[in-house]
Amino acid sequence: MSSVLYDVPGPKARRVSLIASIIGGVLILGLLAWVVMTLAQQGIFEARRWQIFTRADVWRLLGNGLGSTLSAAALAAVIAFPLGLLLCLLRISDAAAIRVPTRVVLEFLRGMPVVLMMLFILLGFGTSAFVAVVAGLVLYNAAVFAEIIRAGIQSLPKGQREAGLAIGLTSFKSRMLIELPQAIRRMMPSLVAQMVVLLKDTSLGYIVAYGELLRAVQVMADFLGTQYLFPIFFVAAAIYIAINISVSRLAVWIERRGSKKAAGGTAKAEPDVLEAAAP
Amino acid sequence: MDVIIENLPLYWEGFLRTLFLSVVSGIFALILGTLLAAARVSPVAALRGFSTVYVEVLRNTPLTIAFFFAAVVLPRIGVKFEQFEIAAIIALSTYTAAFIAEAVRSGVNSVPVGQAEAARSIGMKFGQVLSLIILPQALRTVIPPLINILIALVKNSSVAGAFFVLELFGYGRQLANANGDAVITVLLGTAFFYLLLTVPLGILANTVERKVAIAR
Repeated sequence: MSSVLYDVPGPKARRVSLIASIIGGVLILGLLAWVVMTLAQQGIFEARRWQIFTRADVWRLLGNGLGSTLSAAALAAVIAFPLGLLLCLLRISDAAAIRVPTRVVLEFLRGMPVVLMMLFILLGFGTSAFVAVVAGLVLYNAAVFAEIIRAGIQSLPKGQREAGLAIGLTSFKSRMLIELPQAIRRMMPSLVAQMVVLLKDTSLGYIVAYGELLRAVQVMADFLGTQYLFPIFFVAAAIYIAINISVSRLAVWIERRGSKKAAGGTAKAEPDVLEAAAP
Repeated sequence: MDVIIENLPLYWEGFLRTLFLSVVSGIFALILGTLLAAARVSPVAALRGFSTVYVEVLRNTPLTIAFFFAAVVLPRIGVKFEQFEIAAIIALSTYTAAFIAEAVRSGVNSVPVGQAEAARSIGMKFGQVLSLIILPQALRTVIPPLINILIALVKNSSVAGAFFVLELFGYGRQLANANGDAVITVLLGTAFFYLLLTVPLGILANTVERKVAIAR
């Protein structure tokens, strides 16, 4: 492991680094041990608290919660992507009368907290919690997808569009046949990263009383007794994190594979798009 | 419209609390995030490992889970807070720090290799290379993404409203429940105050980005 930031460590530096590693490791382990001890004093690790996981209905409720989470995320992603594509086409339209209003709408959608949109749809239109969650996710993520795809199109060499127009394609056909396929391929890592964000944001459904995974935890803790809150929460959080990490890994894998196969390679997210990949 | 004007003091109070949460968590997250990024590129393996795991786990944790942990689980297992603002600040800053660490690290990678080599060749140690040469340049290039992360932080602070902190979203929800006939107006008012924060920040990010792009 070499880095430009420091010299290749010699024997002395390696020893110092090893000692620092051991001290650092001991400190981190000590912190963990302290946390575990504190938890143990609260009786978190008593077997009876974890015995609930031998009950099938606990797993069934967790499974239902997970199912609700995944179905909301899947539906939202399926609707948001074409909508984002459409918004992107409107956003880069040649007609200012289309471009400018779309831009305002996109800024509005991106500047609002997702949970506020969900509440707005839930209370303003009196929909069910599921519709509110999906619609809130769709509106926000469509706006973000539109910006990502736009960044992809702008990162293409100018000649692509010029060549398309030169062989007599209309502006729209050039976008659909020449530019979009390349842009989407380039932006695949950012798009998948945004899918992780979308999946994470389904947990906001907890706030608008949608029965997703976290709500299932709350319901079970209320029903079975608060002493079970920590074990159930721990398992649910582990499920959430495991799913998200696997999808993130998928994004990294696509980026690697894409940079080998795609002609221009995949583009790293533009700083402007990083916000999307932010939270 | 009347609902908004009547409740303007509440909106204002919520706006200030949102601002307070965002600023305090933003400062903590910037400090923690930079430290994590420094640990990520350091020669000490334990620090590198810790930073990698922290960033990987926190980045893939839904914010609601972080809030639930800080505001519901922690008090049940004996960590009591005087005010729930503290729980909100803990959740927001630990969560955002992971994203800031990633941004700063990508900034460190974007600094030309020659800079670090030059610094090392005149005999600087790792700490000096990082703090005197690399980070000042890295931070400058990552200002636009950092501002974007802070915009996300402002929006994310709305989750606190669901966990016993009366900020903009919390008041918005309260008012929406109290004024069943004017829900849309009430929530549009809340949205307006959020846009008051996020839109100027977005414009700032774009401006800075253009300036930095010219300088490089």
